[in-house]
Amino acid sequence: MNLWQTIQVAWEGIAINKVRSFLTMLGIIIGVAAVIIMMGVSAGTEATIADQIAGLGSNLIMVSRGFGGGEHGGRGFETEGLNYEDALAIGEHVSGINGVVAEQIASSQIVRVDSATIETDVIGAMPDFPEVRGVELADGRFFSQQDLDRKAKVAVLGYSTAQELFGDADPIGQSITAGSVRLTVVGVMDEKGLVGQTDYDQRVYVPLTVAFDRFSFSRRFGDRVMTIYVQAESQDTIESAITQIDALLRRRHDLTAMDEADFTIYTQEDIIETQEATTAAFRSLLAWVAGVSLLVGGIGIMNIMLVSVTERTREIGIRQAVGAAPSDIRLQFLVEALVLSLVGGLIGVAVGVGGSWLFGQTSDMRTVVVLNSILLAFGSAAGVGIFFGFYPANRASQLDPIEALRHE
Amino acid sequence: MNEHLIEVQDLTKVYGMGAAAVHALDGVNLTIHEGEFVAIMGPSGSGKSTLMNILGCLDRPTEGQYWLGGEDVSKLNKAQLAGIRNRQIGFVFQSYNLLPRSTAIKNVMLPLLYGRRERRSASERETLARQALEAVGLGDRTDHRPNEMSGGEQQRVAIARALVNEPLLIMADEPTGNLDTSSSQEIVDILCELHERGRTIVMITHEPGLGAQSQRIVNLLDGRVVDGEEG
Repeated sequence: MNLWQTIQVAWEGIAINKVRSFLTMLGIIIGVAAVIIMMGVSAGTEATIADQIAGLGSNLIMVSRGFGGGEHGGRGFETEGLNYEDALAIGEHVSGINGVVAEQIASSQIVRVDSATIETDVIGAMPDFPEVRGVELADGRFFSQQDLDRKAKVAVLGYSTAQELFGDADPIGQSITAGSVRLTVVGVMDEKGLVGQTDYDQRVYVPLTVAFDRFSFSRRFGDRVMTIYVQAESQDTIESAITQIDALLRRRHDLTAMDEADFTIYTQEDIIETQEATTAAFRSLLAWVAGVSLLVGGIGIMNIMLVSVTERTREIGIRQAVGAAPSDIRLQFLVEALVLSLVGGLIGVAVGVGGSWLFGQTSDMRTVVVLNSILLAFGSAAGVGIFFGFYPANRASQLDPIEALRHE
Repeated sequence: MNEHLIEVQDLTKVYGMGAAAVHALDGVNLTIHEGEFVAIMGPSGSGKSTLMNILGCLDRPTEGQYWLGGEDVSKLNKAQLAGIRNRQIGFVFQSYNLLPRSTAIKNVMLPLLYGRRERRSASERETLARQALEAVGLGDRTDHRPNEMSGGEQQRVAIARALVNEPLLIMADEPTGNLDTSSSQEIVDILCELHERGRTIVMITHEPGLGAQSQRIVNLLDGRVVDGEEG
């Protein structure tokens, strides 16, 4: 019997018990679909995070106070940490960089104009902000170093903030009141949208020095800042810039090379690596879940194949009597198990791809269907079919023809 | 030995071990010529089913030799025996043993699917099966399933299946045991006709009337041939 005939016979065997065959496949279907959907969600999440990290700017070096990422670090604001002067020194002494921005969330403020009042974050920033952080200016100008030196009471509005306060009117040159401080609007940023949890459009930027002096939240900390963003000229200068920044800050903070630093330097790459470590753990968890569900599906197949062999003992006897060798019988039942698992796998792929799409459409999560996950899931289903189909098939092949023919 | 289609010497089949051992066959000698129509008869427990199983290559003897068409088949393994059954033996069982969900023609084609020596195309298989069904007078019922046919018709399908591979030997095990008188006669007539056309037929039966229609009767008792050993 050739393979095609064997497949036909196997298919007939499956088609006889449609409901039972479908229920048997269900384990594989769920397993395969689960793998594809979960891997889709995980890949989607990774892609989203990668976008967000890229959205921070390009070739960024981040310097935070304390350990493990600045504001959430163990020592946080309690340490001396970084200050405005550090940022200026980096700008002055470190080579191979495009710009430096120290940022400080000044405070959340009621911002008023004649016609509207909103509450929004006031951010103290430095002149290089648009370039370093990759946010374009839509209108007017960003503040200059002169503005910082003079502590000029100027403001640049985020895109949404400008819309909410001024609507279609031109905000440039208008006055706003943030808390108790009157500021003149000199520019409006372009749309940037959400990066992580931060909405860049819902902000008011003021010169960092003004933030230090006039806004309550940041005033408590003198001229200290949470994070200094440094943009390297290119990928190649990142390494040397980091070395220079480290040496410079150690000198300024009276630390030797042996001392524990009171700042942390990291790059987008570091964030991605950390992220990848997390997703790798997540992915291995998924692999386990998938493995277990495929295992359960495989046991279901083995179970139903054993039932099938018993039920069809007489058929096996008839086939043996007309000349089927043990290998023919084994192949027939093995192919039957394989067809069950492969059809289950195919349906599972369809459900998984459809499910991923639906999931992406109906939830905030982004899903990406990964070809690898389809191949992996489908291949595993095939492997499960062969592995769990072998024992019943072998049992069928070992039946004694006389006994089998006598079987009722 | 080549002049005999079947040559059996000192055939012994023992079931069980030690004190509980049962000698189903106890030194059977038998020769059957090509073209003979032989009935093996005997009361139940005489060992005729065991002999039939061994002659049909469904089972192996405990001791003794069995030459089928000049080939010693008593020491072959399961796969080799399957090949012999496929090429050289056609079975007709008391309970027909058709695949219940397959049509008559698919049932008849079954032995052709397991042929190892010659590969036949799907259309060849269908032609051969159709011819075999026509030979038993069922040319118009090829697409009927067993449950749509009478017992006699089902047994004729089984005969067509036994014939389709042009075997050396047709083994019929109580072929009329489940049939009424008129259907029985139909089947016997077909077997006689096949014999006239030169087929070798070995039939097992306990009905003297049926046995009488064969050429030679081999009588078995307690695992021994008591009559009709030589043709």
